[in-house]
Amino acid sequence: MPRYEPVIGFEVHVELCTNTKIFCGCSTRFGAPPNTQVCPVCLGMPGVLPVVNRKAVEFAIRTAIALNCGITKYTTFDRKNYYYPDLPKNYQISQNYASLGTSGWVDIDVNGTVKRVRINNVHLEEDAGKLLHPEIPGANYSLVDLNRAGTPLVEIVSEPDLGTADEALAYMNTLKNLLEYIEVSDCKMQEGRLRFEVNISLRESGAAKLGTKVEIKNLNSMKTALKCIGHETRRQTALLERGEKVFQETRLWDEAASVTRAMRSKEVAHDYRYFPDPDLVEIHITDEWQEQVRAHLPELPDAKRQRFIAEYDLPEYDARLLTASKTVATYYERAAAAHNNPKAISNWMMTEVLRELRERDIEPDDFPLKPEGLAAIVEMIDDARISGKIAKDVFAKAAQSGRDPGEIVNAEGLLQVTDTGEIEKWVDEAIAENPDMVAKVKAGQTKTFQALVGQIMKKSRGKANPALVNELLKSRIP
Amino acid sequence: MNGISPELVRHVALLSRLELSEGETCRFGDDLANILDYVAKLNELDTSSIPPTSHSFKMSNVFREDVVQPSLTNPEALANAPDAENDCFKVPAVIQEL
Ligand SMILES: [Zn+2]
Repeated sequence: MPRYEPVIGFEVHVELCTNTKIFCGCSTRFGAPPNTQVCPVCLGMPGVLPVVNRKAVEFAIRTAIALNCGITKYTTFDRKNYYYPDLPKNYQISQNYASLGTSGWVDIDVNGTVKRVRINNVHLEEDAGKLLHPEIPGANYSLVDLNRAGTPLVEIVSEPDLGTADEALAYMNTLKNLLEYIEVSDCKMQEGRLRFEVNISLRESGAAKLGTKVEIKNLNSMKTALKCIGHETRRQTALLERGEKVFQETRLWDEAASVTRAMRSKEVAHDYRYFPDPDLVEIHITDEWQEQVRAHLPELPDAKRQRFIAEYDLPEYDARLLTASKTVATYYERAAAAHNNPKAISNWMMTEVLRELRERDIEPDDFPLKPEGLAAIVEMIDDARISGKIAKDVFAKAAQSGRDPGEIVNAEGLLQVTDTGEIEKWVDEAIAENPDMVAKVKAGQTKTFQALVGQIMKKSRGKANPALVNELLKSRIP
Repeated sequence: MNGISPELVRHVALLSRLELSEGETCRFGDDLANILDYVAKLNELDTSSIPPTSHSFKMSNVFREDVVQPSLTNPEALANAPDAENDCFKVPAVIQEL
């Protein structure tokens, strides 16, 4: 056992998928030309008044409910004051005194073991703009694009309940799935929709007392967060083993060098002088409103799993695997709607589809074989038009090219042969060519019988109906 | 009277990105102390039975619907900027790479 163990907590920033910003009607669409989705409000012009986007508040309530938080009845916005060029008002509107959701939890599955992670709070705030650095070497200026400034964010703050990189990964994945499930964000990390900050301290293994906490910002993917946890754990371990102290500080992840770097303390003076924003009035979340949001909550993973078991008669194992991600569950439901054999489709999902997605590292939406195509393959097996073996080939081809499986079967002449006359011909040929095997079968060797069936299937290039082959061969060799 | 140390004045100045001379640091220390003393008069009132509020008027739940409104054009957005380049606001380099 190592002498020190990490204690890890997360702050996760989620950009909500509202049409407009949190305090003005500017669009939140990603990828627009710089400074074209801005107005006097999100540019921080003097004299403007922010007005809250109702949808953003509802999405935050939804998130808080999904994370089992208590909902604060009277919630407010506060100003967090600091200077940075991507923040045009010189303060960020956030929630400090009355977070919208508090004291929640989420269960994560760490390699088969369920662990509960406590959520300290869920609150709303606005995103900052983007700083672009000119590519001219030695340039002493930065460029600012404020399209993102004012995009609604939900920040999810966990307690330091995670102890390993595996747990951290499970936590990040669970949150991402949950947020996709409740449809508050598309969580596209490559567009910065989901961003992580971790805090890490070390303690003597098994001890209760926590060490000094270091915060690391600027983590734009799960992979980066994991690399950062590994690096920071080693850095702090080395410090402690040398008898030195860990400083409480905020560090930045430097992707190029794969290390964390201290921010200059002068620039991050943690003195935000929060105070209630006088431009924004209190939000009263009544019980009725809360109930309304709860009633319209999209189906959560647990409920979906239960429904898969009841509606499709699937084993718990299948249902758990298929509902682990919303996009996979949706793919499955579309396939199951197209052909009524839910268990067979589940088997194909668990073995073939999930493997392909994993190997290619893509989402179901980007998989060339559409759910209806998968359903068509299973239907052709069920109708005895193709064998299971041929189906695997058809699947591989369709998964590569996106071609219609029915069309592949027709174009390549893969339809199963159920014509007894044609199969008899192959059976007789095989018997004539393999007198030794026939003798062994007559002597009672069942293994050889199967080998002989294999010979016949080979002659048919996999197209003979295996059941008919079996039957005919048995009748030929009494 | 509240004592405001020169260190505290320098800290507040840093947070506000103000550069003060020695003389100013001293003068603002006195000014800030006076202001705090003045506001401290409020402490003479007994407010123990009054719930804290952040607004002087009773109003809640003022919302807008999630409907896109026209934004400014890029030239309009940059019209008041002291400096611009490539459709962006141009600002002095931030020393800390973020
Ligand atoms: Zn705006």
